[in-house]
Amino acid sequence: MKEELFISGRNIPNIDPVLHVWHWPISVDVFFGGMAAGLLFFAALFYLLGKEKEMPSAIKYAPFMAPVGISIALICLFYDLTHKLYFWRLYLTFRLESPMSFGSWVLMFITPLSFLWAFSYVREVFPKVNFNNEILVVIEKFAIANRRVMAILLLPLSISLGVYTGILLSAFNARPLWNNAILGPLFLTSGLTTAAAVVIYFAKNAFERQLFNKILLLLIVVQSFFLAHMILGYFAGTEIQLEAVQLLFEGKFGIMFVGFVLILGLLVPFILELFTYQGVKIPVIIPVILILLGGLIFRFVMVDAGQMSRYLY
Amino acid sequence: MRLAMVIDTKKCVGCSDCVVACQTENDVPIGYCRDWITETVNGSYPSLELELRSERCNHCDNSPCVRCCPTGASHYGTGGTVLVTKNECIGCGACIESCPYDARYQHPKGYIDKCTFCNHRVKEGLLPACVSVCPTKCMYFGDLDNSHSEVSQLLRNRKYKTLAPEAGTKPQVYYLI
Repeated sequence: MKEELFISGRNIPNIDPVLHVWHWPISVDVFFGGMAAGLLFFAALFYLLGKEKEMPSAIKYAPFMAPVGISIALICLFYDLTHKLYFWRLYLTFRLESPMSFGSWVLMFITPLSFLWAFSYVREVFPKVNFNNEILVVIEKFAIANRRVMAILLLPLSISLGVYTGILLSAFNARPLWNNAILGPLFLTSGLTTAAAVVIYFAKNAFERQLFNKILLLLIVVQSFFLAHMILGYFAGTEIQLEAVQLLFEGKFGIMFVGFVLILGLLVPFILELFTYQGVKIPVIIPVILILLGGLIFRFVMVDAGQMSRYLY
Repeated sequence: MRLAMVIDTKKCVGCSDCVVACQTENDVPIGYCRDWITETVNGSYPSLELELRSERCNHCDNSPCVRCCPTGASHYGTGGTVLVTKNECIGCGACIESCPYDARYQHPKGYIDKCTFCNHRVKEGLLPACVSVCPTKCMYFGDLDNSHSEVSQLLRNRKYKTLAPEAGTKPQVYYLI
């Protein structure tokens, strides 16, 4: 038997009995951050590949969700700070070893770019919009003229943002469930998956729908591989990792992870997309919603369960 | 200079004097604490082994909290103590998440707070409040770089452990066992 307890009456808010300093805004932040990263990645990639006409959803329509997603992510991040008035301190220093510092600088550059990218397509997507303001016209001309430069910048920035949502957690070795190097690529892939689902929802032609159908299937396979890799890594790990991984398969997190992430968030959409690929008509909204919900719940599970995992001494 | 604390678990009676002294000295808000007492019971009845530990920030040599702080508010002070500059802290909680000892907390005013080894007292040549009030004299504080210091001698002559050394943080609070 080993029993350990605080006898000096320690009961600190958000720390005891289990750590819960990061609340729902962090889960929402990493979800929307990852989705926006994926949307901008696809937009930049296919623009640079010269597919502007064939793929209007990926390049023009879906990226309108990117600035919305990034804005929600930023609001959530700010909301979760407890010393809000000092947030500007983030931008007085750059600390590569701190994922949050790295991420805040990435967001600093990618946020205006995401707005500019969407802004450059406003009149194409919404033909009735007419700018009466000269400044807006100048900004629009600048954005349209520099789409290629923006795409070149967005490629590495969007990958960095997608990976950041994972390494934000994996950098903390104090939380065994997070301390896994696969989290960066896993969260990037998950972000790309949710973005691909959004693109499919906005898809305007059969070519784009079918291409993203294939991309989505591939991404689900890759994500499943990373998830298996992550889980096997825990099972091959030390006692603290073995205890941590139990959180994913037992209790409330077990239902959420196995039921909503693995089965409803990955397996079912994969089967539905496979049927769609073979020509069976399935309402597009079903796999899209399942993938988005699966991605969101995955972040909630990882953020909440991760904080419950800890060193034993 | 490498400031460290040595705590004799054979002498600690878990009276919580160190906890109250710290709360008083550092004006710790009600409901919070910078140090605390942990009781560990090992074995099965009647062969039980009790260990009492006064725990706090370990002022690690390889502090994950300093490493992950996005603004540099968490930093190393004199003698390797780990400190937080209130006006640089944004309250993101990254340092709390990174600490394997759960030694930090969000102060009601928003910034992150923790044990400072009473650096304001140490600067004046005094001992940290917790050490100075301990009724069983089970706590020792000093410079590990000085081989003649009490803490150096204790660590040379007694068996000791640190908490979660496998976390790789190189903690500087030692427990004599």
